[in-house]
Amino acid sequence: MLKSVYNWIDERLDITPMWRDVADHEVPEHVNPAHHFSAFVYCFGGLTFFITVIQILSGMFLTMYYVDDIVNAYKSVDYLQHQVAFGVIVRGMHHWGASLVIVMMFLHTLRVFFTGSYKAPREMNWVVGMSIFFVMLGLGFTGYLLPWDNKAYFATQVGIQIAASVPYLGQYIETFLQGGEIVGAQTLTRFFALHVFFLPGALLALLGGHFFMIRKQGISGPL
Amino acid sequence: MAHDHNSKEKVVYVGDSRVKKYKKNNVPLDYSAYPGNSEAFIPNFLLKEWMVGSVFLVGFMILTMSHPSPLGYPADPTKTDFVPIPDWYFLFMYQLLKYPYTSDAYVVLGTLVLPGILFGALMLAPFLDTGKERRWYKRPIASSLMFLSLFATIFLTMVSWQGYQHELEELNIIPEHLERAEKIAAGLEEPGGKEAEPIAIVNKESEGYEIYQKASCVSCHAVDLNGVSSMPSLLGIGDKHSKEEITDIIYNGFGSGMTGQAQANLDAGLTEADLDTLAGWLAEQKAPAGEEAPEEATESH
Repeated sequence: MLKSVYNWIDERLDITPMWRDVADHEVPEHVNPAHHFSAFVYCFGGLTFFITVIQILSGMFLTMYYVDDIVNAYKSVDYLQHQVAFGVIVRGMHHWGASLVIVMMFLHTLRVFFTGSYKAPREMNWVVGMSIFFVMLGLGFTGYLLPWDNKAYFATQVGIQIAASVPYLGQYIETFLQGGEIVGAQTLTRFFALHVFFLPGALLALLGGHFFMIRKQGISGPL
Repeated sequence: MAHDHNSKEKVVYVGDSRVKKYKKNNVPLDYSAYPGNSEAFIPNFLLKEWMVGSVFLVGFMILTMSHPSPLGYPADPTKTDFVPIPDWYFLFMYQLLKYPYTSDAYVVLGTLVLPGILFGALMLAPFLDTGKERRWYKRPIASSLMFLSLFATIFLTMVSWQGYQHELEELNIIPEHLERAEKIAAGLEEPGGKEAEPIAIVNKESEGYEIYQKASCVSCHAVDLNGVSSMPSLLGIGDKHSKEEITDIIYNGFGSGMTGQAQANLDAGLTEADLDTLAGWLAEQKAPAGEEAPEEATESH
């Protein structure tokens, strides 16, 4: 049944080559922890992606309750945390996942660095990976403000002040991030838009490039 | 017709589409088709990967359920005594700005130059470290620079966190999310948008109430005790402070926001006995004990 459904679709769209490109590849011995336990260091990239998927899914559920205006933002998070069924778990996954994804990404970066995997011909993939790192930091910075409690507010205020102290560009960065005279309603809606639309869009595009390149070039060989 | 199923055509299409029609082999390569100890991603390796993923997920969910994510009190831009702290992975850059040569006149070194060198070098690592050698111990410059940056990052993060803890201790501040979690656990606060009942003024007929109206208290804490704009409310103050503590606050002030008020009021015609009555009356200002027994609470006063 499943096979005939697949064949029916495959005949019309010829998806087998695409499927082969995405999933049908070999796993060499030197990255397989079943053969060499020390190869667990090659798991960090996959775990980073796994947490990223958790972040996207939990974030989608959070937006069902979150309201991005300064009167209701805190109340909606508080309601989600204490009244909504499993709300505390979904928000917890997003909160802890945000830290874990940084940890895993950091470990993945170190693995790639110390195994020299960024060397020719994989330079571009390293640059894309570093861009993912910066987008993730941006997601962390913008997401920190959204609960709109004092910790969120004053951390963002200080962060924007630091950005504003940069010569020449500082004032433009400040206006772009803050949207008004103080950290306020405009800042919250901007950070929400950045956190939920702009940065995830950039992240998915970069991840697509990252995975395309690793699939095209294959994993770097044994040392 | 160009698209009929004529076996003499070199390329046959599906209907009038651009999808080519050909006989395909849908069976994936066998495990043994790979050289040496390589194995197929699907299904061999994926099944193992799922196990690693499941173990990871169990650990992650245990962390999530045992440590609910923090939430303090709503943002109040007029608050002046809040100690700001960024998320932990920004701490090293935050700490960097606290040293003499990376702050004030040299702040651009801390905000732009040093992070620029660090992240710029990291971004361009493949173009700076162009040798063929991949093993880290055969790349002494790249590896030692990375170890140095790692050490600096971890060091700055730790110093920043310890400094934050020390500052909290010195100012005697409990972080708001902890304070709130404790109050919720103790039943002093209703989380999740259940509005707390406004606490009523207790014993309005008392002499203390009249003294309060004459005293300088009203200029900040308001005639109805609820606080002018964002000033603290005195409703239910008896739950927080005893009569002795309130007397001390009247004479010596409280925190950074309130100075001692006693002398001003004595000058304005109140007596020390009045202030004592006032402190006693304020200590009576308690929230009704539990929702089911508000009458009992008022009766006892």
